[in-house]
Amino acid sequence: MKTTRLIIVAVGGQGNLLASKVIGEAALQSGVPVGMSEIHGMAQRGGVVESAIVFGDAQSNIIADGEADVVVGFEPLETLRALNKCNADTIVITSLAPLSPSTAITGTCPYPELKKLKAIIRAKTAKLIAFDAAALAAQTGNVLAVNMVLLGALIQTGTIPLTVDNVKTAITTISKQAFAASNLEAFELGFDAAKTSD
Amino acid sequence: MHRLLKARPGQKMLLLGNEAIARGAIEAGVGVATTYPGTPSSEISMNFFQIALETDLYFEYSTNEKVALEVAAASATCGVRSICVMKHVGLNVAADALLTLAYVGVKGGLVIVTADDPFMFSSQNEQDNRYYAKLAGLPLLEPSSAQEAKDMVAYAFDISEKLQEPVIFRTTTRINHSTETVIPGEIQAPQTHGDFTKDPFNYVPIPAVARNLHARLLNRLKEAEELSETSAYNISTGNGRWGIVCNSVSYKYVVDAVTDLNMGGKTKILRIGFSHPLPKALLKNFLKECEKVLVVEEGEPYMEEALKAFAQEERLTLPIKGKSEELFSRLYEYNPAIVRQCLATYFDVAHKSPAVPDLSDLPEIPQRPPTLCAGCSHRATFYVVKKAAEGMETICPTDIGCYTLGFLPPLSMGDFLICMGASVGTSCGFSKVTDKKVIAFIGDSTFFHSGIPPLINAVFNNHNFTMVILDNGTTAMTGHQPHPGTDMTALNLEGYGHVSIEAIVRAAGVSQVAAIKPYRLKKSIAAVKEALNYKGVSVIISQEPCTLYAKSLKKLRGKPFFVSEKCKNHKDCINELACPAFFIQNKRVKIDPTLCVGCTVCAQICPEKAIVPLKEKVL
Repeated sequence: MKTTRLIIVAVGGQGNLLASKVIGEAALQSGVPVGMSEIHGMAQRGGVVESAIVFGDAQSNIIADGEADVVVGFEPLETLRALNKCNADTIVITSLAPLSPSTAITGTCPYPELKKLKAIIRAKTAKLIAFDAAALAAQTGNVLAVNMVLLGALIQTGTIPLTVDNVKTAITTISKQAFAASNLEAFELGFDAAKTSD
Repeated sequence: MHRLLKARPGQKMLLLGNEAIARGAIEAGVGVATTYPGTPSSEISMNFFQIALETDLYFEYSTNEKVALEVAAASATCGVRSICVMKHVGLNVAADALLTLAYVGVKGGLVIVTADDPFMFSSQNEQDNRYYAKLAGLPLLEPSSAQEAKDMVAYAFDISEKLQEPVIFRTTTRINHSTETVIPGEIQAPQTHGDFTKDPFNYVPIPAVARNLHARLLNRLKEAEELSETSAYNISTGNGRWGIVCNSVSYKYVVDAVTDLNMGGKTKILRIGFSHPLPKALLKNFLKECEKVLVVEEGEPYMEEALKAFAQEERLTLPIKGKSEELFSRLYEYNPAIVRQCLATYFDVAHKSPAVPDLSDLPEIPQRPPTLCAGCSHRATFYVVKKAAEGMETICPTDIGCYTLGFLPPLSMGDFLICMGASVGTSCGFSKVTDKKVIAFIGDSTFFHSGIPPLINAVFNNHNFTMVILDNGTTAMTGHQPHPGTDMTALNLEGYGHVSIEAIVRAAGVSQVAAIKPYRLKKSIAAVKEALNYKGVSVIISQEPCTLYAKSLKKLRGKPFFVSEKCKNHKDCINELACPAFFIQNKRVKIDPTLCVGCTVCAQICPEKAIVPLKEKVL
């Protein structure tokens, strides 16, 4: 089976690991070979969390620079930082809701303008889908559902070998019961947003 | 029922490497599990902790890795299968026990898991613990995948019992923190009770006994080498005159690279899973069949050097390479691209590098260093000590834990760090040879781990410094594991004792001791000032629960604050505290009410008293 390499980047606490879990479970249930690795050493302390998910026959489950087929960023600055994982054929999906790091808040280094950030990513990759995932999550009444919104957008692109039904089932299985409905709603909102995003 | 107990044999599931190791131990009928938590090993013991609540397994968070190993050594000596889990540097702490335990041996299986951390994702060094197996003379196993990690644990117990020696089980972060498909096996009911038969001429290594025991260990090593020669975990695949010897996660990268480079017809791979003692005959035969050999191993050239020695014994002159300027590095971790590139270079195969985009025109991207959480009590403590020490020239040795992050600006409290407990030991030295005010920062769990002997040293040798114990009631950094000062009743767990830090400090002979509540800035600053002015050893115990931990216990009571119109944009709050709850909107300071825990520290330092409690309810 063709190898597809997906990177998810986020800030600690954004639910990256849950999104990866859903993807892994969906792959397992549909018989798609999958390997994942994550770095979450000091993530609780506001650092970057990166998950690498590899579908297909490759044995390795980390992704070297320039080798990601898809990059999903839960936070625009982190998406920009992950550009080294991309190549000219990479599809990038990002939320546009910034979470400023302390270095930007204290003025050590300014947060890049979103317009410029989008232009850079667009220039260096095949396609950029960008929208405010936090706003869509808020619509579901669950601000923590940013991960499910972006998962919806990811599935809409058809870049990873998982179907809508696989993923929805996995969301239901993995989510805490109280959040299952809002997570599914968030998934739908993200799915639709990806269709219309510029 | 716990997920790892519920898993049905034969039914595929996704497991984190660390979960797979825990399941492997349960399948092997482990009776005793001990640990001191440390990334990337922590999830192994977290699972044991939870499983022990529903089974006969005995699990404990020991005060440090040496104690953890001693507990497990004794239970294994009584015939109970035991596992002891730690991060790589933990084995340094346990090394004293380990090296003589190798002489004394065990009866029941003892598996020592050491989780190495190439690239230092969450560690202070990237030492290669394979050398401990060589140093101690013990068998060493290294899995390459989650499935293998699970299966290898049972194998490790078997070998341990066969040889009557502990077995070192070495992983790296990428094994611990990878999630893969695993097929569980049958669970063996644990045997949790054993017996001890007196046998001092085997168990008490006074010199005359130890001389015999060392000889016995060497014999057992020979036996271990025979096991390694025929081990199913030393896997040879492919055919050809190009040879690759590899281990651990590098094996996966090698397999992918050989495919990507179309080297399949020419290349033979030998994956070593039983890596001490190395299978000498197997490796020598491998060398004889190859025209050149590449060794792919993260970390030190452990196998490479052995292979070169084996070649010398056989008078073989084929090229054997691994670590060199143009090939592999001893630094950091590898990835598929690095391995592919080195294979292509060494075997002179055409190869297209991945097209990494040109990023030279990117604007500077602000770093996102990990930071103390919103409302973290450590931030308050650092602020308090900084204010109290204003005007003094200070040296602030720090220690291992979340509070290490206090070294970052704007707090900038943390000048020297080596290892667990070293803040206190080094303070003895710094204060002896300089005239500066020395302030040691150490967390509560680290204090129990290895902060007590240096404190006693300081009292006995009459050193002059202030020790600040940041007591947040839990081992926060690694995921809120309990320690002897943790209130276990808050976790609804019975049968635990409780050890008071203050009582220990006083019993050690420190008379200048003050407990502070760091959110009360004025009072705390006064208490710290007094401690700093004291000549001799003074101790401040700064008590406030970790906010994340308090939240998980539903004990977080503070209400969020907001910046009112009185704000004149001095930005003292941001510049002095840099709490992640602050953000700037339209050049004004705002507080994110979903992050603010109402610690009130910023409200206390605001010159305009502009930061006030938020009245309406937030999410």
